[in-house]
Amino acid sequence: MNSSVLAQAKGMRRWFILALLFIAIETSFEVIIPFLMSDIIDVGIVQRDTSIFINRGLWMVVCAIGSFLFGLLYAKCAAKASARFASQLRQKQFEKITSFSFENIDQFESSGLITRMTSDVLVLQNTITNGIRPFARGPLMLVLGIGMCLMINPTLTLIFFGAFPIMGLIMTWIVSKVVHQYQWIQKYVDVLNSVVEENLIAIRLVKAFVRKDFELERFDRVNSDLAALNEKTNRYAFLNVPAFQGSMYAVIILLLCLGSGMIIQGTIQVGELTGMLSYVLQIMNSFIMMSNVFLLFSRSLASHNRIQEVLDQQPTMVKPKQGQVLQDGSIVFDHVSMKYAVDSEESVLEDINLNIESGSRVGIIGATGSGKSTLAMLIARLYDLSEGQLRVGGVDIKDLDLFELRNSIGMVLQKNVLFSGTVRDNLKWGDPSADDDRLLWAIEMAGAKELIERLPGGLDMELGQQGVNVSGGQKQRLCIARALLKNPKILIFDDSTSAVDTKTDAKIRKNLASIPNLTQIIIAQRISSIRHCDQIVVMDQGQIVQTGTHDELLKTSPIYQEIFESQQGGMQDE
Amino acid sequence: MNKTNRTDSSVNQHQQRKSALGQLLHYMGNHKFEFLFVAILVTISGLANLIGTYMLRPIINAAGDQKMDRLATLLITTIVIYVCGVIAAWGYTQIMARSAQQVTREIRHDLFKKMQDLPLKVFDTTQYGDLMARFTSDVDTVNDALNNAFASVIQNFIQSAGTMIMLFVLNWKLSLIVVGFYALMLIYILIASKISKRYFGNQQKFIGALNGYVEEMIAGLKVVKVFNHEQASIQRFNEYDDSLEQASERALSYSQTMVPVIVSFSYINYAIVAVVGGYMVLSGQSDVGSLASYLVFVRQAAAPINSVVQQSTLLLTALSGAQRIFDFMKIEPEIDQGNVTLAYGKKDPQTGTWTESQTLEDGWVWKHPRANGSYEYVPLQGDVRFEHVNFSYVLGKQILHDLNLYAMPAQTIAIVGSTGAGKTTITNLLNRFYEIDSGSILYDGIDIRLIAKADLRRSLSMVLQDTHLFAGTIMDNIRYGNLSASDQECIEAAKLANAHSFIRRLPQGYQTQIGTEGSSLSTGQRQLLAIARAAVANPPVLVLDEATSSIDTRTEKLIEKGMKSLMDGRTTFVIAHRLSTVRNADCIVVMDQGRIVERGNHEHLMEKKGYYYQLYNGMFELS
Repeated sequence: MNSSVLAQAKGMRRWFILALLFIAIETSFEVIIPFLMSDIIDVGIVQRDTSIFINRGLWMVVCAIGSFLFGLLYAKCAAKASARFASQLRQKQFEKITSFSFENIDQFESSGLITRMTSDVLVLQNTITNGIRPFARGPLMLVLGIGMCLMINPTLTLIFFGAFPIMGLIMTWIVSKVVHQYQWIQKYVDVLNSVVEENLIAIRLVKAFVRKDFELERFDRVNSDLAALNEKTNRYAFLNVPAFQGSMYAVIILLLCLGSGMIIQGTIQVGELTGMLSYVLQIMNSFIMMSNVFLLFSRSLASHNRIQEVLDQQPTMVKPKQGQVLQDGSIVFDHVSMKYAVDSEESVLEDINLNIESGSRVGIIGATGSGKSTLAMLIARLYDLSEGQLRVGGVDIKDLDLFELRNSIGMVLQKNVLFSGTVRDNLKWGDPSADDDRLLWAIEMAGAKELIERLPGGLDMELGQQGVNVSGGQKQRLCIARALLKNPKILIFDDSTSAVDTKTDAKIRKNLASIPNLTQIIIAQRISSIRHCDQIVVMDQGQIVQTGTHDELLKTSPIYQEIFESQQGGMQDE
Repeated sequence: MNKTNRTDSSVNQHQQRKSALGQLLHYMGNHKFEFLFVAILVTISGLANLIGTYMLRPIINAAGDQKMDRLATLLITTIVIYVCGVIAAWGYTQIMARSAQQVTREIRHDLFKKMQDLPLKVFDTTQYGDLMARFTSDVDTVNDALNNAFASVIQNFIQSAGTMIMLFVLNWKLSLIVVGFYALMLIYILIASKISKRYFGNQQKFIGALNGYVEEMIAGLKVVKVFNHEQASIQRFNEYDDSLEQASERALSYSQTMVPVIVSFSYINYAIVAVVGGYMVLSGQSDVGSLASYLVFVRQAAAPINSVVQQSTLLLTALSGAQRIFDFMKIEPEIDQGNVTLAYGKKDPQTGTWTESQTLEDGWVWKHPRANGSYEYVPLQGDVRFEHVNFSYVLGKQILHDLNLYAMPAQTIAIVGSTGAGKTTITNLLNRFYEIDSGSILYDGIDIRLIAKADLRRSLSMVLQDTHLFAGTIMDNIRYGNLSASDQECIEAAKLANAHSFIRRLPQGYQTQIGTEGSSLSTGQRQLLAIARAAVANPPVLVLDEATSSIDTRTEKLIEKGMKSLMDGRTTFVIAHRLSTVRNADCIVVMDQGRIVERGNHEHLMEKKGYYYQLYNGMFELS
């Protein structure tokens, strides 16, 4: 399947062709009109036959109406084609983005992805809508004009053929000068936007530190650079105005000089020269039209490339052809190491060995940045490990069917989000077919029963974008309920109860213990959240320092002791 | 009643559009000589084109009449005219390339500057995407219009005016028909562009909806993956996309019909003029030759209208873009009328009075201007009092009720309470992010409303709830707290915050570049950097708003010493969610629903077995 931007226009081919065809017909009608007019003067007036006036006049009106009707048809087709094309581009990009692995996601800034989906697509759409008309009319008018001139006087028409290569050269020169600049401009615009965005997000900080002038200076640097670059580019791009005007004037003057000479010699009629002059405008205009289409295209090239970048992105994860299904909820880390980038020096995880039995409960504790979250994400194959082997449900994770694997894991991410929609809509992400009873069961298990009773509208309460209208603790419990609805074999909590009070935390723990054959992996900062686990893993700087039960670790692990002591008093268990 | 309202608002809109245009012209006025020059050159170029066309006839006639002298003179004149036209065109495009960018640059500069002066309320109530759009799409449309439309509007005007004059000179009776059609076309353009605007507005609405969905899905992409929700998301997206496609098709197909309509109008006009002209020739009111050249001009007369139609979308969007930009600029800025400033102070060892000095000698002083032109100097100590403060973010929804709070210099005040209790609000009021409804906040005995905002904020250092790092090096980010700090001072601050060890392990140490969102660093590491940033600022008053919420308890223990020395000798407000971090405070203030419900030190409050006791034992949710 071809994934180039232009290939997306394939399905719209007939609309494009129709649009071009209709434009051609519309243009032909317009070309006929001057002939009808000359009949009125040359035949009607000369023969003093007023019936020709009426006849030709009516024909002109018919042509005008015809050109209008075909213009209308063209508008419909062009609109259809360009709107479809834009829609296709957006859908393709969105599909691509949803196929991204976490690694791909990390590579793009989310604001960049959004611009690609929206304004870049709009730029291409506008290029097409504005470009398609001159694109068809330009060449047609040019050919017709030249044809007419050839009929009138082939010798004089040679002037045009002398002018075209020169104009072509000028055009190529201008485009070659600006096409790279447009890409640079796009980059500068991105930088400018990111400065503004940064400032917006951190406005409190900027104000608190009174950094207005500093920020303004930073902005002005980018702003001036962008203005200078735009100016430089436009200085070239705008040259096409005097260049083409000059060419047109030159052609007119040459025609006049040679034509006058020929009139004096008697080789051409006055009327013929007048006729030719009236076509100069048409021919030159069509040339300008085509040059504008070129400029338009080269301007949108930057957007085109940015979209192409998304479409070209290969999901970094290789899925097995015939994926296997996991047998149970066991997890085995066998000398696993992990780096986020191949060339980074530090490993995030180093030589991890860990055996988690199906149905057991494992707690993971350790300092910020010790690799706990990474370890959890490897289990759901959100990232691929760099070295070693990871077996989930008895099967090497690379041989597991990805859909099945993720379906079997209920994961509550550290940075979890809810989406706009009702509470019910959100919970159904876990199980689209769940009825209200099942939803309420999950809510109960997540210790959110009273919560849902308190929320206005209960299950039908509308959540704002990213769930902004519920508190941190409420959000965490809804996320837990959502994960539970998947009926997972493995449940992973990444610091998922940090905002929940200890009492509720304990209740959730108790509820979960009642689910049979559920492997639980709990990452926490509070010892109280994990002290009951069958196995506690202490991590530090990407390595497992020690494993054991709470009591064992209290005796043997200095790090664990330290953590324990730091939490004594306040946040006691129950 | 309703109807009057509507006309009122449309009149209003009309006035606003005018004022947007006026504002734009005002910006252009900063470069009035350039634009005037452009206008003159455009006029020259347009006139050259017109006169050149007018010269064709006499030249051909001269050739036909074999008048060589006259022919040569006319040809040379035409060449000169054309050369002038080309030079003028070259001149105005080059000047325009510069001036348009200068105007755009100034508008962007003013927008950004304006944004820095806005009260936080504006940011709370406006979506970022919306604010960003001022800088991106709105400025772009204005820029496009400046680039293309300014010159072409003048040119079209010259051309249509010139052509009209020619037409009337050649045959005023026939010209009445032309004028009639011109009027019809103008009326059509006015109506059609209004309708077209509605269609585009509709499209804009769907673009907004789609943007919102995309934004949300991209932000939650990881959740989408974890839940295998890709197909469902795509399906939903396609629904949004289909509605947008339809709206956009309607808008385009409407706007695209404008050109054929105008073209057809002009041909019908042409036909009628030709027929009527023919009759006039037959009845002897005109001759064939002048009818022929007259018709050439009639055909030309359609060109400027055509070009206006083609640019009408551009012009309309540019005007509404300008409207949005200037509306934004009209938003009231933060109130900042204080005249008390910070200065270096020197203490007279005998009398104990303070005076201003050139360098930092004995500390900072508030420089308080008096009515008689002299200054009163008050030493900056960090004595903060809230007296009967009432506050609401939104009118009618009071957040703080009659709040009284007293922090003596060098004291640590902890504020605890559940979400929405008003903890962060207190700090927001202290640095005057928001204005209080009633009561007063005194800083070293001075009402903070009397203090210049920049100086007030400079005297406070904050570690905010959300840690923001800027694109740049780690060093740059720490230095943000104090632009004049040396590398060594920054490193010291990092050591104090216990950030030094992880920074050292980064690929390029302090020179490591971090992305906009500091994505390569964990939340906890970012908080450590934020603390280092506050430390390097070295202010008398420190506000720590959930500064260690994402730092694990062990690391928190490690930075405890650093924090202690940071807080030493400073008035510190600590807002914490983890109660273990507030135990050592001199005074703990427990808040609930905007009121202080308890105050005292840890032992005292634990004995009391009230709110604090319950919070401490985890009976309430803290966030």
